[in-house]
Order: sequence, then structure tokens, then C-alpha cells
Amino acid sequence: MLQINCPFCGCRDEVEFSFGGESHIVRPSIGCSDAEWSDYLFYEENLKGIHCERWSHSFGCGRWFNVARDTVTHEIHAVYKIGDPKPALEK
Amino acid sequence: MQRYSALSLLRHALTGQKGWKPAWRSPEPKSSYDVVIIGAGGHGLATAYYLAKNHGIRNVAVLEKGWLGGGNTGRNTQVTRSNYFWPQSAAFFDRSLQLYETLSRDLNYNIMLSQRGILTLAHSHHELEGIRRWVNAIQINGVDSEVMTAQEIKKLVPLINLNCRFPIQGGFIQRRGGISRHDAVAWGYARAASDFGVDIIQQCEVTGFDIKAGRVNGVQTTRGPIKADKVSIAVAGHTSVLAKMAGFRMPVTSMALQAMVSEPIKPCLDTVVLSSIIHVYVSQSDRGELVIGGGADVYNSYAERGGIPLLEECVASLMELFPAFSCLRLMRQWAGTVDVTPDTTPIMGKTPVDNLFVSGGWGTGGYKAIPAGGETMAWTIVHDRPHPLIEDFGLERFEAGALIDEGAASGVAH
Repeated sequence: MLQINCPFCGCRDEVEFSFGGESHIVRPSIGCSDAEWSDYLFYEENLKGIHCERWSHSFGCGRWFNVARDTVTHEIHAVYKIGDPKPALEK
Repeated sequence: MQRYSALSLLRHALTGQKGWKPAWRSPEPKSSYDVVIIGAGGHGLATAYYLAKNHGIRNVAVLEKGWLGGGNTGRNTQVTRSNYFWPQSAAFFDRSLQLYETLSRDLNYNIMLSQRGILTLAHSHHELEGIRRWVNAIQINGVDSEVMTAQEIKKLVPLINLNCRFPIQGGFIQRRGGISRHDAVAWGYARAASDFGVDIIQQCEVTGFDIKAGRVNGVQTTRGPIKADKVSIAVAGHTSVLAKMAGFRMPVTSMALQAMVSEPIKPCLDTVVLSSIIHVYVSQSDRGELVIGGGADVYNSYAERGGIPLLEECVASLMELFPAFSCLRLMRQWAGTVDVTPDTTPIMGKTPVDNLFVSGGWGTGGYKAIPAGGETMAWTIVHDRPHPLIEDFGLERFEAGALIDEGAASGVAH
């Protein structure tokens, strides 16, 4: 069971949260190519290691935020707000 | 190859079981091969086997970072079926089921296929309507499937609780679906491929690719560099990791898919029972254990272990369907890393790098596809273009928008 520290409510069990996939994906401009659009829609880093991802505290405050979590150990290294830059955590 | 038969069993029994030979060779890697396949799971081994058998290409190595069949091939719940909605999927997965039907004979290795039927339950009127449409599509695809009433289901599966939460309204069955022994599939393909001259090299992890001018020339491994004319990736949950080494990304998410078995009991369930809505499926293995699975954990994971919330959900759902199973103890629980695609259809064929091929995106359903996956990938590698059965399964579909959305037809939602 993950324990996620919601920046608004504090530490709660994983079951209160919804997972929203990879963070920091930038939407391309309206005039982008099909390849760029496909890359934006479907392609992922799918990192083995520290992965920046979005979570929503759906059974709590309902707000979205970012989590930097190791996809091998599941250890959470950082919790930060939507719009904040990626934390410097590279191993 | 030492052929297995009733007679050979008897002969070895009379000579103290001392004459058995290893089922496959364990050679040192050579410096170069015609084809290198990364991953000695079902798909990699089957690809090597069909390269040798159907195309006469025997200078092939299958590289495995761990042990043969130790990834998802040894972690799945052994279900085979071909009840897909879209014609492309139905044609491919039914070809796979057909190959499974004769595989024991073809490989001279008993994969213990048991076509006991796979029953999918409907828990609402609307789901039953959806199932009627789904069954029509399956039948038009030329695959067997039939709708069942709740009473017919109760007769087929007497232990089931029709009045569970979200009572069972009916369902449908594919009688040719069933289970087989997953280890035997890996071992059977390995033995037959090795006999053709394929080198299966375990404990040999690929750490990089040798790519020049957009063309792959070989791989770097923990046991030294190996040259290859063509390389194929068949590594399930680690597809993105290998793709990154080769300089491109994949439209997949790696997740933990867990499964569990109960203590062994006498035969009580001779069908695979699956519920998409309450998210559980169960069958009974030949050893008597109930084999139980459900959905994948919700977040990205390479941990090869499952989370507690999903385990609880899975077991609670099973208790609703089969209250009698509540007196059993769980014996083991485990997980594999599965690579799930946006449309739950696999990704097979060419990659942005010349002579580098991929068979991935199998998500939660790769086991059933092993024979056809191997057969079509071998053809694809030889001809350098996708086999007709997998033409629509390539990476191009994400740019073209021609997704094959099997989310609805995949049984348990991915």
C-alpha cells in the first residue's frame, strides 16, 4: 500500500487517490504534424526508475498534484504542485 | 532430440530414470548470429522455433537476462481464448488457438491444453445486451461463442452465486477456450528450437545496441558484444527500456499484473469463469489450486510485485461469486510487469531502426498469443515486412489513428 502525502490534506493511503499518468507532457501547437500529435497522445517515457506522475486525491480534496516515485521500489521521492518544475532527483 | 513417448517413459522407468538428457543445450554465445532475439519467454522462443522450422534460419540466439520462461510466461494464469471483437484480432488470436490445439503433438511436449471453456459473466441487463452484440461479432469472425442464461450458467458452474452483489443476468462461453500449462509451452518451444540449432543463452542481459546509420548491427550484453543481421525484442514489460537503448519510445505503460493461487482442493470448477464488472477470473489447475487474477495495479511499476488494494478487491470479488471458496487459504501471490498499449492491442513488426523488430504491448494477454506471435514475427523478420495477420498491429497505427480498440473485448479490462 502506497502512502501518499497529499500537499493539501497530508499523508493518506493509496486507495484515496487516482493515478493520472506521466507528468510534464507538453501539448504541441495546433499546427503540429501527425507524428508530433501521436507522440503527444500515446507515447510515454515509461521510465524504469524515478517517474514523475500525476495523482488526484479523489476521495479527499479532489485536487491534482505531482509525485516523483521510483517505479521499481515504489518509493516516493517528492510530492510537488501542478505547474512546479521537475525536482532534481536524478540518481 | 530425445523423443518423449509412453514407451520412452516405460524404458526409462525400467532403467532407473538415469537416461534422461537435458531438454535443451546451454551453449556459450557465439560472436555473431543471423538473428538475435531478446527475451527467452514464450514469444521469443516461439519466434526462434518458427524461424528455424518454417524458414530454415537456424543461426539464431535467444538472449535471456534471467532464466528461461521466468518472466510473464511463468507468471500468467494460462488462459487461452480467441473471443475478440475486431476481425484483425479474431483472425490473429484464433490462429493462435488453432496452433495451441496441435502444439503438444508438433513440439512432442505435452502442454496439457484443456479446452474447458471460458465463461464471461454479465451482471446487468445492459452488459448482457453488450455481450449479445459481442457474441454476434465473434460469430461473424468465424469463432465459436454462445450466449448463456443465468440458469444454464448455474448448471455448468454449480458453486456459483447468481445472487451476488450485481446479480448475474447471463453470460457467454467460448468452449474452445481454456487453459494449458505455461511452463510447458516455454520448455516445449525451447527444446524444439534448441534441437534445430538455436542457441538459448540464459543469464545474458542486453545492455545496448550497436546502431549505425539507423541500422542495427548487433547488441552489447553482459557476456560481451554479439553481432546480428537482425534483432527482435520480445521482453514484455521491459519493451520501453530496450526501446530507449535503441533511441526511440513506445506507446506503452508498464504495470504490475498480479495473480494468486489457493491451496489445492479436489476438482470443483471445470470452466474458466471471468467477470469484467466485478473484476476477477478464476480457474482450477490440474494440481487442484484455484488460479485467480484480476486487473492490473493502477500505476506504472517494474517491481514485479502486486499491491494490497488490488489483491483485496480480487479476493472480495471471488468471495461474492463463489462464497464456498471463502474457507480456502491463499497459497501464493505474485506479479509480472506487463506493457499495456492505449488500445490493448499488441505492437508487432518493424521499429524506427532498420532490422530491429519488436513484439510487445501484450499487456495482460500475451500468453494466449504465443504460437501465432512467434509464427508471424518469424515471417516478419524474414520478409522485412509485417505478416498479413499482423499488418494492422504496427506502430504506424498510432499516427494513422487506426487503433484496434479491444478494451471492450479483452475480457478483463486492462
